[in-house]
Amino acid sequence: MGFAASIILGLAGLFALAWVLRLAVRRALTGHARSIANDMPLTAAFGILVILIYAIVAIAAPALAPFPEREIVGGQFQPWSAEHLLGTDRIGRDMLSRLIYGARNTVGIAFVTTALAFVVGSVLGIWAALTGGWIDQALSRFVDALMAIPALIFSLLLLTIFGTSVVTLVLVIAAVDATRVFRLARAVAQGIVVMDYIEAAKLRGEGSWFLIRREILPNAMAPLVAEFGLRFCFVFLAISSLSFLGLGIQPPTADWGSMVKDNATLITFGDITPLLPAGCIALLTVAVNFVVDWQLYRASGLKEQ
Amino acid sequence: MGRDVLLKIEGLRIEGRSGDTWTEIVKGIDLTLHKGEVLGLIGESGAGKSTVGLAAMGFARDGCRITGGSILFDGIDLRKASEAKKRDLRGARIAYVAQSAAASFNPAHKLIDQYCEAPVVHGVMSRDKAEHDAIDLYRRMQLPDPDGIGFRYPHQVSGGQLQRAMTAMAMSCRPDLIIFDEPTTALDVTTQIEVLAAIRDIVRQFDTAAIYITHDLAVVAQAADRIKVLLRGEEVEEAPTRQMLDAPREAYTKSLWAVRSFARPEQPPAAGTPVVSVKGVTAAYGTVNVLEDVSFDIHAGRTVAVVGESGSGKSTTARVITGLLPPKSGAVLFEGKPLPPALKGRTREQLRQVQMIYQMADTALNPKLKLRELIGRPAQMYLGLQGKALDDRVRDLLNLIELEPAKYIDRLPGELSGGQKQRIGIARALAAEPQLIICDEVTSALDQIVQEGILKLLNRLQGEFGLAYMFITHDLATVRAIADEVVVMQRGRVIEQGPKAEMFAPPHEPYTDLLLSSVPEMDPDWLTRLLESRAAAS
Amino acid sequence: MILMRVALGIGLLFIVSLVIFWATELLPGDLATELLGQSATPETLAALREQLGLNDPAPVRYWNWLTGALTGDFGVSLSNGRPISELIGARLGNTVFLALYAAALSVPISLILGILAALWRNSIFDRAANAGALTAISFPEFFVAYILVLWLAQTGLFPSIVRINPTTTLGDRLYMSFLPALTLTLVVTAHMMRMTRAAIINLMASPYIEMARLKGLSPLRIVLRHALPNALAPIINVIALNLAYLITGVVVVEVVFVYPGLGQLMVDAVSNRDIAVVQAVALIFAGAYVTLNLIADVLSTITNPRLMHRR
Repeated sequence: MGFAASIILGLAGLFALAWVLRLAVRRALTGHARSIANDMPLTAAFGILVILIYAIVAIAAPALAPFPEREIVGGQFQPWSAEHLLGTDRIGRDMLSRLIYGARNTVGIAFVTTALAFVVGSVLGIWAALTGGWIDQALSRFVDALMAIPALIFSLLLLTIFGTSVVTLVLVIAAVDATRVFRLARAVAQGIVVMDYIEAAKLRGEGSWFLIRREILPNAMAPLVAEFGLRFCFVFLAISSLSFLGLGIQPPTADWGSMVKDNATLITFGDITPLLPAGCIALLTVAVNFVVDWQLYRASGLKEQ
Repeated sequence: MGRDVLLKIEGLRIEGRSGDTWTEIVKGIDLTLHKGEVLGLIGESGAGKSTVGLAAMGFARDGCRITGGSILFDGIDLRKASEAKKRDLRGARIAYVAQSAAASFNPAHKLIDQYCEAPVVHGVMSRDKAEHDAIDLYRRMQLPDPDGIGFRYPHQVSGGQLQRAMTAMAMSCRPDLIIFDEPTTALDVTTQIEVLAAIRDIVRQFDTAAIYITHDLAVVAQAADRIKVLLRGEEVEEAPTRQMLDAPREAYTKSLWAVRSFARPEQPPAAGTPVVSVKGVTAAYGTVNVLEDVSFDIHAGRTVAVVGESGSGKSTTARVITGLLPPKSGAVLFEGKPLPPALKGRTREQLRQVQMIYQMADTALNPKLKLRELIGRPAQMYLGLQGKALDDRVRDLLNLIELEPAKYIDRLPGELSGGQKQRIGIARALAAEPQLIICDEVTSALDQIVQEGILKLLNRLQGEFGLAYMFITHDLATVRAIADEVVVMQRGRVIEQGPKAEMFAPPHEPYTDLLLSSVPEMDPDWLTRLLESRAAAS
Repeated sequence: MILMRVALGIGLLFIVSLVIFWATELLPGDLATELLGQSATPETLAALREQLGLNDPAPVRYWNWLTGALTGDFGVSLSNGRPISELIGARLGNTVFLALYAAALSVPISLILGILAALWRNSIFDRAANAGALTAISFPEFFVAYILVLWLAQTGLFPSIVRINPTTTLGDRLYMSFLPALTLTLVVTAHMMRMTRAAIINLMASPYIEMARLKGLSPLRIVLRHALPNALAPIINVIALNLAYLITGVVVVEVVFVYPGLGQLMVDAVSNRDIAVVQAVALIFAGAYVTLNLIADVLSTITNPRLMHRR
């Protein structure tokens, strides 16, 4: 129970810090940016703070970690001690260090994958909406067919065929997720291309590139940014699940999903250490979701006015 | 009046929420209504008319709260009454008719089931009796097939019929008071008459008191005994209908009247080659022809008004002229020479000559671009202006549309009022220095006073630059104000065309007649006279 | 109308099977080289190709595979040579049992929570339910699973490993599968609750609900008679979407609890790169997914008078 208490205390501390941070930001900003900060709920401030902390840990991992990522530095399954704060894993690597490197590997790979899915999906989606006609029909029906297969199942199928390496993992998940991004980007863009200002621009004689760049993208940004956050959560959870199944990021790379799998035996003995990486995954996903929720709320609120 | 007071509202205050702050939207309204009396409540959008109407039922929408005053209905204080007590009144003694009947009927149930609901729930009559009653009322509301129409679902019935069915439904418990919330606003002008006449008759037959909410003075003049004018949540004035129409006291009320009196002086007949001629155009969406053999000319410095109801092909004609919809046959000539039918085939210079202003300025201006770019882009594209020259040009244009450049040039459309946005639409069209501007219902979405400002501006610009206008509208008052020539369209065909003076003097084609005579006039006896003359003619 | 949708659904199933089959065509070599490795002699390769029917053109092989699958014959496993239908047999039943178990728990709970949250919008209950749901959505399934293990299995209340065989009684089954079912329930309930809430709130804002209130109807009557008939279609879709989600959710949960189901089988087959088994299981999962969505589509068409009664 002492552990549960310390987690609750830690989260409360983060919330308090987020509150202070929001206050400081409000003081520092002026004008429009300040009015945004004023509307920011505490959950969103918490989310931003957590994301920042993760980013710092990921970037500064070598400096923060007490031991190297892949080296065996002690006995197997050593308990928490002064030397190994969170003990050691199944083959004697330092848990804390691997947890810190995991921020870099797991989050980094998920981020790259999301970005890739996003660029491909949204460019194709907006292009399809703007062009219309048979190109739009062909792309949309193709995506419909791919989306009729559940994402995890389709990923597993593709991984069987292409093998499990980080590159195939990134490409496979990005391909599967790009279909979802495509559908959203197309829907958003379709809502925009029927607007009179697009017709006005077409009548003026503007080309496709100008239409996408100056007329569509600025108006599609808000939902696309929110979607990026949501997609990141899905991709992050999907990669973690695959790693947990032993089919994602492969050892000896430190990765949160496989760390849970590798050390799961400890759980049956009542040791919570293997759950820490899972907790790290959950905390970041919650944080991103909080920020996305706020963004979606803002977007819908602005629409009503 | 001498009759008993039915509803007495005193010092009513209502707040509305935007974000986390509450602002007062109704600021101390008094209202007295006697039994059997009809009160017209008029005002522009944001005047708080609907909010007051709902408050008369002791109801506030989500995001609104009643904060002060008293609402006494037949001696019952609705602000203090319990929810159960208010439920007993609503639907039974006070009923409501909403603006959009299509949205306010539950799509999952048949009309007659929705009719019978209130009488059965309130214990006024049995289901069987209610059904007979419904058919009787449908007949009185002059609905087609009164025996069968109740057994249809809402989506199977037209808008004008739904509005009458909703009025019948409101009557189902024979209430003492009905709130009509813009019941004819969403309807075409010829349908509006039928609904208006049916509402007026039924209210008189049952001697029901009513509050009739609208923004259209001429409409309310036909139905109301008294008129109350609201502006931004406050009362401007109240008077019996005739007195209000003949001698409005307040400046604001007078300005509402003035819109109707604005008129452009007669122009001499145009001569020479027209700027644009539409020659025998037939166009189709898919295989369905939406335009059949449409022809008319537009001369420099002249305004051609194209009128007709929704679906008549007015806007489609504009799409053919701009090249968005290439015609199946026929052609569009520019200064006597044919324009390439499709947008893609036209040169930049050809595109520049025809500009367009849209009905909804909200959707016609990219909300993420500053006015500088919105207005500047055509000047930059067509005329090659850059840097300082472009900046100067944008400032000139802002001056032309009477917006102070220094204040507005870096604003986004969202920071402007509806009328200002429409002015930006005009400036953007002007920036291309065109010869023809197509105005597609440019004033329909605006309040009356703002409409007047826009019409005057368009008129002035036409004088200064010799512009030709094609003015698409369904509003004949606007046509009277600004047109030189009128083209009447129905179901994709031109029914009649000619100079304005001829068009507003009989004899006409039957449809033109119907259309012209359906436009409400600012005369309380107009509807009665019209119905009598139509009855005599048939 | 409905026939049209069913036909479309069957067409989609067909396309899905095509995609799954076509995916294996992307293999660098073919199944035989994949199976025997680089060192295999040309003779053994040729023999295996003959045995697996790899020499036929792709359309013929697809046809054989599809007709086989429809009659329950998925071919043989590449890693141990046993017929795939035998491997799938009992496991399919176990997985269906687990999914139904979780659905029976989660559908009523999430509908009730979602409707209450919508009706008591912005109340403490709504905020708490929302925050809880958002958190649950953010947790990886294995995290939820292990927390439950730590909490409920450590105390000896429920077993953390599911050992069931065909002779296990229903009561024992329900007891032993409780933790995996609960894990799935928690994850799916959060999604379903949020979607139900959004659908109801959307509905309660419509003008016809305001009209019903202005007719003086009681809140209960408004919900039951005016909101519910229109809410059916969105709710059916929410349920279908989440049942479909259960299908993928079982994969991870089965691994955590060593539950003898299709998910386990698939994960093992992926590790062994046993394409034939992966294809078969993927086809079953995708088929169930498409069918669920099809049923939802048909049901929501039936509840919508706009689609049932044309003008």
